[in-house]
This record gives sequence, C-alpha cells and structure tokens, in this order.
Amino acid sequence: MEQKTKINAEDGKQDLVITREFDLPLELLFKAYIEPEILEQWMGTKVLKLESKKHGSYEIQTSDPKGNVAFSANGVIHEFIPNRKITRTFEMENTPYGVQLEVYEFVQLTDDTSKLNMHVIYESVAQRDQVLKLPFAQGINWAHNRLQEIVNKLK
Amino acid sequence: MNLRRDVFQAIADPTRRAILLLVASQSLTAGAIASNFHTARPTVSKHLQILTECELLKQKQSGREIYYHINAKQMKEIADFIEPFRKMWDERFNKLETIMKKYKSKK
Repeated sequence: MEQKTKINAEDGKQDLVITREFDLPLELLFKAYIEPEILEQWMGTKVLKLESKKHGSYEIQTSDPKGNVAFSANGVIHEFIPNRKITRTFEMENTPYGVQLEVYEFVQLTDDTSKLNMHVIYESVAQRDQVLKLPFAQGINWAHNRLQEIVNKLK
Repeated sequence: MNLRRDVFQAIADPTRRAILLLVASQSLTAGAIASNFHTARPTVSKHLQILTECELLKQKQSGREIYYHINAKQMKEIADFIEPFRKMWDERFNKLETIMKKYKSKK
C-alpha cells in the first residue's frame, strides 16, 4: 500500500521535505492551516495567536492535564499567498533546537484533491537529526501504541 | 514486561516528554531542568526519577552536581527514526482530512 505521507530526509543534509496528498479541495486544505479553531483540532494544541498574513506571527501551546505548560512554540510569517504558499519560522521554546524555516506549498490536483509540500530547513544537520531522533517528544497527541513502538526501538 | 509498561507510562506524560526534549542535546542538572517548568521542584524531581528508573535518562556525577542526560546508547541511526516521525505527521494529516471533510458536509 502506498504511503499517503512521505518524508525525504537525506543523510548529512539540514533539511527535509514532507509531502502529502489530500482527498480535499485545495481551499479546504488551506483553511485548515489558517483557521485557529481548526488548527487546534488536528495539531492537538492550543492556538494562542495566529495572524495569517505577511509579517504576522503565531503562538501555540500545549498543557498537561493539570494545566502546566508542557510545550510552546512560536514563529513569524514571511510570505502568505492564499491557497498557494506560506513561508514561516517555527521555534520550540525552551529547547536547544533553534529556529526552523518552513515553506508550505499548497497545490491543486483536481477539484477534489490537493497536495501539500512542506520543506523544513534546520539551522544545522545535527539539529535536524536530533529533532528526527526524538519524535516521541514532539508527538504531543500521539496514540499510545505509536509511543510504545518507539520505546521498543529505544530499548 | 513490567519495565516496558513503565517506559510507556513515562513518555505518555507531556511534562516528561518535554524533559526528554530538553536534555536531548545537553546534560543538565535537576535544578536547570526544573527552571524550565512552572511545576514545583519536587514534581520535576519525581518526573526525573521515573525517567531514570525507565532508563530513558542517565545520571552522571560531575563534582558535586548530578547531570541528567538522555540514554542514547542503543539509539539507532537516523533512518530508523524517520518512520515514527512520518507516522506522527501522517496521523495529524489524517485528522486534518477527517475534520475538513466534516466541515465540507456541514456547509
């Protein structure tokens, strides 16, 4: 079975590309990225701020059940072309992972299908690899069996 | 078997995942780790104890200080880690697709 989400991360490079085809019209795919209430649902995080425009910024935050902040991230939007492209930075606060540059390209395939190309550039090869090696730390809303799988690999 | 379940519980907690993220690239003392959280210090100590017991973290004595670092001894090479990373995005995107399909039919 062909995988819907693909990741291309070459050895020794400081970037990676995530691609995904959606069974959704382009406008709906784009909407999922700019409407805070919708973004919150699929990212599993709280959106404190989301200014979807050039020179806009955003802030997201996830808390544990007791209300302690477990994860927060922010960034600024450098380029915003509706239904086509978003260029933004992304930074996880209080972590050594630096600032990553993210280029999102939204492409219409048919009237009912679309594609996302997400190009992520890290500050260094080491930073990219660290982020990749710790997916469980990022997986704020991961299903437990996924966590289990990674732990089994670690052991 | 019991140990595995403990590890599973260890990383199911968002604060503990945040701790792992924090010490991933540098060793830190308990105090330095606690300063990154609003949680009370004893709570952070408890989290560190659980992570250490599960061998996700290791302790290293340096002078009077104890530093915590991630136990990467058996971590495999990067290729093995792309798959969980990919699955994480795949699940997010599946969710996005489901939500937007409902959104469409509501209109």
